[in-house]
Amino acid sequence: MSQPVVEMRGVFFSYNGCEVLQDVNFDVHQGDFIAVIGPNGGGKTTLLRLMLGLIKPDRGSVRVLGMPAQKASHRIGYVPQEVQSNRSFPITSLDVVLMGKLEPGRRFSRRSGRDREEAMEALERMDMAAFAGRRIDELSGGQRQRVYIARAMVTKPALLLLDEPTSSIDTRGQADFFRFLKNINNQVTILLVSHDLLVISTHVKSVACVNRRLHHHGEAEITGDMVEMMYPCTAEEVCPVELLAHGLPHRVLKDHRR
Amino acid sequence: MIEALQYDFMRHALAAGLLSSVICGIMGALVVINRIVFLSGGIAHAAYGGIGLAFYFRWPYFFGTIGFSLGAAMLMATVTLKAKHRADTIIGVIWALGMALGVILLDLTPGYNVDLMSFLFGSILTVSASDLWIMLTTAIVISLIVACFYKDLLALSYDEEFARIRGVPVKTVYFIMICMLAVTIVMVIQVVGLILVIALLTIPPFIAEKHTKSLFQMMVGSICLSALFTTSGLWLSYAFDLTSGASIILVAGIVFLLFLPLEHLIRRSPTEKAGSPR
Repeated sequence: MSQPVVEMRGVFFSYNGCEVLQDVNFDVHQGDFIAVIGPNGGGKTTLLRLMLGLIKPDRGSVRVLGMPAQKASHRIGYVPQEVQSNRSFPITSLDVVLMGKLEPGRRFSRRSGRDREEAMEALERMDMAAFAGRRIDELSGGQRQRVYIARAMVTKPALLLLDEPTSSIDTRGQADFFRFLKNINNQVTILLVSHDLLVISTHVKSVACVNRRLHHHGEAEITGDMVEMMYPCTAEEVCPVELLAHGLPHRVLKDHRR
Repeated sequence: MIEALQYDFMRHALAAGLLSSVICGIMGALVVINRIVFLSGGIAHAAYGGIGLAFYFRWPYFFGTIGFSLGAAMLMATVTLKAKHRADTIIGVIWALGMALGVILLDLTPGYNVDLMSFLFGSILTVSASDLWIMLTTAIVISLIVACFYKDLLALSYDEEFARIRGVPVKTVYFIMICMLAVTIVMVIQVVGLILVIALLTIPPFIAEKHTKSLFQMMVGSICLSALFTTSGLWLSYAFDLTSGASIILVAGIVFLLFLPLEHLIRRSPTEKAGSPR
């Protein structure tokens, strides 16, 4: 079996004395299409940031392509939820994608015509070539997201990491979006994070659930104990919410009541 | 305006205004997109402490002021990176401390007293030829550094996290930017005063941002607008015998206020379209 794309071993992480992740062991293999779900504050974003090498675990190791995460972060194509801060930043879609061509060690080289071509190709694959010269803040949320995916893809990543990718797309758009991800899954391993159970589309190959601990199931199914882990309910406080998810066999989840 | 230029001081004032426009246009664009206007204000005010130090210890003006401002700026930049959530408070403290220190030190300095008004509004009409050379050098150095680090500055300003993932030395670039900002502010304060520095750092980039498609265009746009404001402000101050710094700010402020409602009208139609269901 080939070397895993991401290998997390016994990872602990706490933030301000509060344990966010506890003994996480997680492998991402080449060709995987994993959805990571979990409640808000369950450690999903922390998991992403650990993989990207933006933060270091308190204990345990995070290796990406056999290297420490910090060294390999440029091999990961990261698609943030929304570039929050800068709503009116004067920048075109093409220039955003070209940021993906920044690489350690070639900072002083001029932006070559080749980079530009590759960026245009990436936009074309996302059906966004027509918007290359448009300011990014003139685009809709879904269009912006495509630009960010193009920016991630232009880095020729070994792994595509998407943070809450469906939050800015309507339901109809989400179906297209997952079809698109399925297509590029031939070329790239995908891991996406969502707090929304409904995003688990039929195209996702497996589901991992994180709420301090991480549960990875080899199938695209939400099992009863995953739900228990995400939304733990004691016998006294019965959870009023029934969860319904599209899965490989369509399934209605069991009642929370024990 | 033409006949005014027969005077040396008017020619110098015009040149100082144009050079300030170049420096503030470039740095102002970075200040606005990085949302560090407050930090700039902090540096500008804390610089007064440096002026006090320079006079009290009889250091050369630039040595004392730039040294102190760089120190204060580095402190503020570190706080901004380490403790984002309280950065504004700490900047506010340094801002006030710097000014107070400056006032006290100038009190204690025997004999000589700098006019606080000239620190606030500058004295663009008394700019010397050597000041102009220093400003020209600053403008060239800043342009070169920004050209060198343009892509990194752009990535850092737009999406810091992504920049880090792509291997941009985010902290180094950030500190370089703040250093340039501190030097800019000290240079330009001496000539046009602290209030005009803040005005030139914010108003032209704010207007330019809406009508440009890249950081580079935004910088060029800001430079042109600043040049327009300083030139017309100077002309007004000459023609009507008004305080020059305040006239320049007033012109900039009026254009700014005119642009606000205009923008609202222009911008309304596309956003409405984008918001409607498809």
